[in-house]
Amino acid sequence: MTAPAYNDSSQAAIPARSGQSKWLDRGFRIVTQGFALAVAAVLVIIGIQVTINAWPAIREFGLSFIYTSAWNPVESVYGALPMIYGTLVSSFIALLLAFPLGVGTAIFLSEDFLPAKIRTPLAFMVELLAAIPSVVYGLWGIYVLIPFLKPIGGWLHDTLGWFPLFRTDYIGPGMLPAGIILTVMILPVITAISRDSLTSLPPSLRQASMGMGATRWTTIFRVLIPAGISGIIGGTMLALGRALGETMAVTLLIGNSNNFNISILAPANTIASLMANQFAEASGLQVAALMYAGLVLFLMTLIVNVLAELIIRKLKPY
Amino acid sequence: MNSSHTAESNAQDQKSKEPVFRTEDLNIYYGDFLAVRGVSMEIQPRKITAFIGPSGCGKSTLLRCFNRLNDLIPSFHLKGKAYYHDQDLFADDVDPVAVRRRIGMVFQQPNPFPKSIYNNIAYGARVTGMQIDDMDELVEKSLRQAALWDEVKDKLGANGLSLSGGQQQRLCIARAISTTPDVILMDEPCSSLDPISTLKVEDLLQELTNDYTIVIVTHNMQQATRVADETAFFNAEASDDGKRYGFLVEYGPTERIFSQPQEESTQRYVSGRFG
Amino acid sequence: MTSHSQADSRQPDQNAKNITRKKGSRQSLGETAWTVVAGLCLLTALVPLFLVIAYVLVQGFSRLDVAAFTRLPPPPLSANEGGFANALAGTLIMVAIGALISVPFGVLAAIYLAEFSSGQIPRWIRFATNVLSGVPSILMGVFIYGLLVLPFFGFSAIAGGAALAVLMLPIIVRTTDESLQIVPQSVRWASLGMGASKFQTVLRVVLPAALPAIATGLTLAVARAAGETAPLIFTALFAQYWTDDLLSPIASLSVLVYNFAAVPYENQRELAWAASLILVLIVLLTSILSRWATRKQVY
Repeated sequence: MTAPAYNDSSQAAIPARSGQSKWLDRGFRIVTQGFALAVAAVLVIIGIQVTINAWPAIREFGLSFIYTSAWNPVESVYGALPMIYGTLVSSFIALLLAFPLGVGTAIFLSEDFLPAKIRTPLAFMVELLAAIPSVVYGLWGIYVLIPFLKPIGGWLHDTLGWFPLFRTDYIGPGMLPAGIILTVMILPVITAISRDSLTSLPPSLRQASMGMGATRWTTIFRVLIPAGISGIIGGTMLALGRALGETMAVTLLIGNSNNFNISILAPANTIASLMANQFAEASGLQVAALMYAGLVLFLMTLIVNVLAELIIRKLKPY
Repeated sequence: MNSSHTAESNAQDQKSKEPVFRTEDLNIYYGDFLAVRGVSMEIQPRKITAFIGPSGCGKSTLLRCFNRLNDLIPSFHLKGKAYYHDQDLFADDVDPVAVRRRIGMVFQQPNPFPKSIYNNIAYGARVTGMQIDDMDELVEKSLRQAALWDEVKDKLGANGLSLSGGQQQRLCIARAISTTPDVILMDEPCSSLDPISTLKVEDLLQELTNDYTIVIVTHNMQQATRVADETAFFNAEASDDGKRYGFLVEYGPTERIFSQPQEESTQRYVSGRFG
Repeated sequence: MTSHSQADSRQPDQNAKNITRKKGSRQSLGETAWTVVAGLCLLTALVPLFLVIAYVLVQGFSRLDVAAFTRLPPPPLSANEGGFANALAGTLIMVAIGALISVPFGVLAAIYLAEFSSGQIPRWIRFATNVLSGVPSILMGVFIYGLLVLPFFGFSAIAGGAALAVLMLPIIVRTTDESLQIVPQSVRWASLGMGASKFQTVLRVVLPAALPAIATGLTLAVARAAGETAPLIFTALFAQYWTDDLLSPIASLSVLVYNFAAVPYENQRELAWAASLILVLIVLLTSILSRWATRKQVY
């Protein structure tokens, strides 16, 4: 009954946790937290690392690096305008083609146009497009896509040659095949994320619209797409980020010309393929210039990816 | 208390004797599973008809036949006949979209679109191709009819999802009546609402019965006695293979169903002595 | 309250109770047209998949002989057909190094996110992880070039493996984090309720429960790394011969494809197709296997 008697009873007392066990729990937490912070740190360190290595070029050329178009290792003069233009335009071509295709595919695979037994494997196959290595797309592009595009490129030049974008004749490697291969590579990104956002909408939404006498496609256009727009736009931004930084397939197909040419039928270059081509043999200021170009690419993809994440997170209605 | 409304309506509408819906030995299946068996009934115009009964008795399933919303479920099929104003609802040449334009629906969970309050209402007019001269007027009228206008008139641009549950449900009702349907189907419209919101919605139903035929599924027997002119009691029982299916037990004026039921199971259910 | 005559005046058309389909109406034609358009989008998306796989199969299969797996890459124009033995070994070595670094790193980080997360820090880390997975893979190479190649090791298997590790890291963190989150909270409570410590709970209950899903994520990360080229071209470079230490330039299948893709020499090009076939097979097999494994998951 008395307190001391209670304390004496080893049965009733809560046994103190061993110091070792407590220490283990705390240590475990600290260790995992350290690794988690390190993952985030990698992103920051990449930025710092590239900036430090690019510093000599930044000091030498400043912002003119971005809007001048000389790339001359012999005279140590570097300007990345052709590559920035090539990066943006090839990605834009890809986005222009992949966005409607990807969203259309996502709609077709999220609605019950086909029985689920066929739909699921088809969705899987679209996702496989993202798994095929970039360099394999490049190899395939050289021997299949470039010859295939010859009549199309020729036609574009013959009929629309007055337009600056089609000013030059199609000679094979160039912005057009690079843009098309990028389309294939980013299409599964757009499709997968758009499809996710469409299928995760509550079924009551579709019922509400159909119940009012809206047709299936009216429901899709007026209710489902607006409700899932955050995923569709976010997915498209992520796809843009991928297109901007995609390297191997583009390097093999774009022709790697460092001269500025506005035509999408002419050989061009992107920042990523410039680095792939020159890094291993570069030295001195050229390394710094390549790092500077890399920094530009890093910032471009960083902005696009951060925006994509924010859009996917913040704009969700549900 | 509805008798005066009904008599008035009858006097005004010669054709009101013609039932809005008529079913003949309707059997509803999901795949091989028989969900509802042998329902034959008529739904009268400009009245509130309540479907009551225990869970799994198929009352919601039957309700969704009337606007062919069950079409969205791939395994759904049926035997028997269902008529809407003497037109076979499931005939090959019937356009389910046209059906749903005539027959509105309010769901168990409020399901406003993630759009502004204004656009939630305007949606129906836009998708059904109504010729609307003044959309603002339609929005106001619909919201007034749904007794929501005073609460939202200053924030028509706000997202429909930002309203409270009861307000959301009244928004859904406003949305349903904005297209002036012939019939409004309501699938347990108050089951997710608090008592005060429930009362508001019930008052609203009484007003709407001037203009609309309403069929309401409810779990709540007091609600049926409060709002319904006619009541249909459904029950479920196990077939030989042990699967439960629903069927219509008894159908008639609400007062009779609750005071002088003819079936024992109805008696047990309405007096609350049911499982 | 509006009278119903007023309501009637708003009805969309006179024949309001008619519910029959209007054959060939603009509405139903529009519906069909959009469905066809969406279906064509899907078909268009799948055409390149079939074309790429078919070409790689046809072109690569003829050269997939014993020599391909046992010999070294051929010099141009030689009668010697050669093989990609050293590149295959190089890919395996570098992926192994990459996994060795990134798997413990990523799994531990994910354990923190899923098991100890509270407040703003984990949100920021998840955000950074997602952004990191969007950083172009060539920049992973640039990063390692500046971090390891220039100051320390030169072009080497270690540097190549490290670049692949950076590439795999965000994938591993994200899939592990998601796998752990799927494990129901009740499982953790059950273990804690029996007096287990947090450490024991995570190690003995949560991790084993999530293991199939984690393994799937790891497999996909490895497959992705095996096919990557960009981070390797200026970290591991390439080698025509066997490499006997981890600090010298080393060959890999993907860089071999890149180097031999656009050459005018038939024997090297054939080998590029054969190596592509191996890469595609690795990717297809792991994707299908992991898909099959996710179906068998506990939760």
